[in-house]
Amino acid sequence: METIETKESMRERLLRRERLSGSEILLRTLLLEGVECVFGYPGGAVLYIYDAMHGNPAFKHVLTRHEQGAVHAADGYARSTGKTGVCLATSGPGATNLVTGIATAHMDSVPLVVITGNVATTLIGTDAFQEADIIGITQPVAKHGLFVRHAEDLAGTIREAFAIANAGRPGPVIVDIPKDVSAAVVEFVYPERIELPPSAQPAANPDGEAIRALAAAIRLAERPLLLSGGGVIQSGAAEALARLARGAGIPVTTTLMGMGALPAGDPLWLGMPGMHGTYAANQAILQCDLLVAVGARFDDRVTMRLDGFAQGAAIAHVDIDAAEIGKLVQVDYPVQGDARLSLEALNRELEIAAVTAQADVAQAGTRIPEAARSAWLARVSAWKSAYPLRYRDSDDVLKPQYVIEMIARTTGGDAIVTTDVGQHQMWAAQYGRFDRPRSLLTSGGLGTMGFGFPSAIGAQIGNPDRVVVSVNGDGGMQMCAQELAVCAIHKIPVKIVVINNRTLGMIKQWQELVYEGRFSHIDLGGSPDFVLLAEAYGVKGLRAESKREAEAVWAEALATDGPVLIDFVVDKDELVYPMVPQGKRLQDMLLGDSDTDKDTDTDSENNADEDKKEGAR
Amino acid sequence: MNDRHYLSVLVRDRPGVLQRVSGLFSRRGYNIDSVTVGASELDGHSRLIAAARGSERELGQIASQLRKLIDVVSVSHLSVRPSVVRELMLVRLSVPPASRAAVRAVIETFRCVVVDVGPATMMIQSVGDREKNDALLTLLQDYGILEIARTGETAMTR
Repeated sequence: METIETKESMRERLLRRERLSGSEILLRTLLLEGVECVFGYPGGAVLYIYDAMHGNPAFKHVLTRHEQGAVHAADGYARSTGKTGVCLATSGPGATNLVTGIATAHMDSVPLVVITGNVATTLIGTDAFQEADIIGITQPVAKHGLFVRHAEDLAGTIREAFAIANAGRPGPVIVDIPKDVSAAVVEFVYPERIELPPSAQPAANPDGEAIRALAAAIRLAERPLLLSGGGVIQSGAAEALARLARGAGIPVTTTLMGMGALPAGDPLWLGMPGMHGTYAANQAILQCDLLVAVGARFDDRVTMRLDGFAQGAAIAHVDIDAAEIGKLVQVDYPVQGDARLSLEALNRELEIAAVTAQADVAQAGTRIPEAARSAWLARVSAWKSAYPLRYRDSDDVLKPQYVIEMIARTTGGDAIVTTDVGQHQMWAAQYGRFDRPRSLLTSGGLGTMGFGFPSAIGAQIGNPDRVVVSVNGDGGMQMCAQELAVCAIHKIPVKIVVINNRTLGMIKQWQELVYEGRFSHIDLGGSPDFVLLAEAYGVKGLRAESKREAEAVWAEALATDGPVLIDFVVDKDELVYPMVPQGKRLQDMLLGDSDTDKDTDTDSENNADEDKKEGAR
Repeated sequence: MNDRHYLSVLVRDRPGVLQRVSGLFSRRGYNIDSVTVGASELDGHSRLIAAARGSERELGQIASQLRKLIDVVSVSHLSVRPSVVRELMLVRLSVPPASRAAVRAVIETFRCVVVDVGPATMMIQSVGDREKNDALLTLLQDYGILEIARTGETAMTR
């Protein structure tokens, strides 16, 4: 007999004061935090915790096939939903297998609570079986780590971990629980309130003076540009960003982590900047006179050589993390605060200013440069149409870009796309279509291969009603392929795409362009037949080697009610363009087309651009 | 622009807090000359003094990064205000009885204290800023230094 329990009655039941084991306290506290699903893998030091799960249907746990799969799945869940991802592993090797996933989440500011077992407190420090100092190991790659010494502290520590993971700039927090603590039976008292140290809660509201200064700079700029990063997605600032861009007429470039902040079809959107960014985005950075970075951290893949980045521009930087402001780039207009709150304040300020603009015009020395602004928008849109992303399509071989375009076309910008790392990741960012935030999940900071597939499992669990497409290379697909079992068993309907070029494509690209064609250990020939691999796990497998086959099997995959792996056998020699080689400046971008590459140095480009402008007049 | 700076960091006494602070310094490549730690005026909190070299901008970065650590309560940059800086140094010298008087003369000039005397050795204690202790060591070099122990500088605003 199934009984239906309301949220309130469940909460009441969970809050009941009684004597409980540390493990039961842990599960109750997680449920009270609103955790929908924990991704984990059992082991000796967490046996009490798994014992407490037995016969506890309210607590949902997904058994992955590797701890790395668990942490990436929790990460994908968190990135796609905005909630906290939770994973669980045992001590020693279980914990160390999480490290890559923890560092991945940390670099991209993803809120995770990572629970590890440890050996009993009596054995800590004795090199006991499966003992590892996971808090020490993860200290440089996690937001924080908490060791639980007494079962009485467990509920409070878990609550603290959730609060720290989400406060200010989010990140992963480790909670390490010794075996005797999870076993101990104590009185359960749920701490309704917890005190967070001030360092965990940076001011979210921006300083009014800083906002006024930035608003004035925006009004007076002739060539403003918005650089929107992952912080805009994280803080739910996309709407405020769009309002600012459209209200003030400012073009926007979104970083890899910032995709979806502005719909792909918006005329103000210039695409991604940086190493594999669009011509329009990089030119705009080179030519702007005010660069407003919001929730972006000037990653080297975005800026390339700093002495060639926005040299003619005043820089404004809006970030919740004060340590990011001025870290790499000298900032003229610093705004420490939450991206959404800051952009909303900025919009209010600009809207008030617009009303009083007439008065300003009368004021000596204040001139709104409207003509310059519209000329700037015209230039930017001329770059967009003159140099769109493009590739040479073929009827003989399947091009990887074609596959990505096909996925975008058929899912209409509504799918959640996760990627692994490498060429396919850049093609997904370039040719994919992301119309809303939290639609592209990718390891931007750490660049973790093996992230693409398990993160999609977490994203699908968090978004059961959306199409989730996981785009992988044939290299990364083999780094967490074991999680196919999870998809098959739970019928998690992820569409698993393998962009199969039989090589480590991005490494090959660098060896071709930078290491003079000395190809070293990039041949992935001899990889398994991915269709058979999927079938071996009980996941439907399909293959396409031409455009016609691609369209047919992709339609079949989308119509399939369950997980499908599609092996797209693509051109082995395709390169990702545009490209700014490492150690170069943004102005040195290669378009991958020998005719245009000859005249892409800035001077001739500027001239060409000036010519166009002249012509337009 | 590689001036010496002092950062006074108030931390919660939590396991691993020193590891977190020192790990931050090494991970981010900051030049730290010394770190001293001890109890503070607040229960359950310690105060850590880091002597660092770098430009104002670098120091600002270190302070911002430190403020992000969950167990760090506050960070203040002492060099921007007049401060007192002190380091305790113990030095064991090999001193044959014949040279004792000469050594004592040096020690008196530096206002140091002899804290232990053996048949052919002497232990002296010096308190001062780093430059004073360095100068003392230069003068003592001729007398056979056997062992040096320095606490690193601690500091407080006036």
